[in-house]
Amino acid sequence: MGKANFGGIVKQVCLEYTPEVEAGDYVLVHVGFALGKVDEEEAARTYKLLEEMNQLSELEVPDL
Amino acid sequence: MKYLDEYRSEELAQKVVGEIRRIVTKPWVLMEVCGGQTHTIVKYGIDRLIPPEVELVHGPGCPVCVTSLEMIDKAHAIARRPDVIFTSFGDMLRVPGSDSDLLVLKSRGADIRVVYSPIDALKIARANPDKKVVFFAIGFETTAPGNAMAVFQARKQGIKNFSVLVSHVLVPPAIASILQSPFNRVQGFLGPGHVCTVMGYQEYEPIAERFHVPIVITGFEPLDILQGVLMTVQQLEQGKWDVENQYPRVVKREGNLMAQDLVNQVFEIGDRKWRGVGSIPKSGYKLRYEFRDHDAERIFEVEEIDTKEPEICISGLVLRGVKKPHDCPAFGTLCTPERPLGATMVSAEGACAAYYAYGRHLQQPEQRSEPKDVTVEQPVV
Repeated sequence: MGKANFGGIVKQVCLEYTPEVEAGDYVLVHVGFALGKVDEEEAARTYKLLEEMNQLSELEVPDL
Repeated sequence: MKYLDEYRSEELAQKVVGEIRRIVTKPWVLMEVCGGQTHTIVKYGIDRLIPPEVELVHGPGCPVCVTSLEMIDKAHAIARRPDVIFTSFGDMLRVPGSDSDLLVLKSRGADIRVVYSPIDALKIARANPDKKVVFFAIGFETTAPGNAMAVFQARKQGIKNFSVLVSHVLVPPAIASILQSPFNRVQGFLGPGHVCTVMGYQEYEPIAERFHVPIVITGFEPLDILQGVLMTVQQLEQGKWDVENQYPRVVKREGNLMAQDLVNQVFEIGDRKWRGVGSIPKSGYKLRYEFRDHDAERIFEVEEIDTKEPEICISGLVLRGVKKPHDCPAFGTLCTPERPLGATMVSAEGACAAYYAYGRHLQQPEQRSEPKDVTVEQPVV
């Protein structure tokens, strides 16, 4: 068992399904069980995709 | 990064909406499966932000809503017993059965306790050896690893007075069932992000292939939903039907193998009746025979129950994406969260509860979202 911080509220969480996690990692928790570690690289990549979206199409002249 | 706030950025949301508007050329009907996704959509008004050509219909991804009436009535029968402590997730307490609900039974003296986790139920069983402790194990695949662990530990630690009343449901057969219906209008799916964190998304590939329907496994923050919609519309506009992953920060194609392993040890697949939908073959989990000593359905012999749904309730049609909550004559009037007629109003994840919570019952009919003809409009901000 470990402790997870949910935005300030700390609860006991079962880590049996995420043996690879270490203190400081972010996890997805459901009904008291950590089900997966949040992958920092993938998170950043998704975010970057969103930021870069529309950069080219903003240069297009809109149809009237 | 904190992994939440970033995915709620309004500026980025407008970018994604702009991109959807740029590429859409015809009307499309998309279904999001999870109740949690429905909630985000209604809360942030995403269905109104996206161009009107893209219609979002809500799927049956609310495990509380789809728990069969027979199972609810069985739960009530077991909970009434004086030798039982009945434990459950909170939102099951107010689901109406044929006759009553768990909260009413509790007020009449039944020992019914809300728990956050099945592990809490196990602790109650350890602390009360003279009582039979039953945990109402409902949920999709996301909840199965937790329930499997509780049963596994109960057997390992010899906690003989602990049992589970299992009513697990599975997403892929539900999607297939919707697609097989002759009345189906759904052309693309936002797949269940947290179910797939456990199960992976390999099971969705044969469905996409068989029905030629794109499935984009999607997260739960507003930007996740918008990006999922964009990816699905992109595929539809290009005539593709692949399974894609919008949520790679937690979902991997193979899922969580350790969780799947324990789930397969404890549960096996069986037929399951879905409230408002009917029986879907091989769409649920049952406890394996080896764990029969912890199977509440075997332990408690409950008589044949005569089930009775309130006639006016259209939960079943809402769960299949055929109707929206505001199509129901009782919505917001006879049926409210305080006095729910059906499960979709009771559960926090139900479409009716979501619509009510975000004020959709207060609108004039003209303001409700209806699919319009194909004209591009300015966003209502």
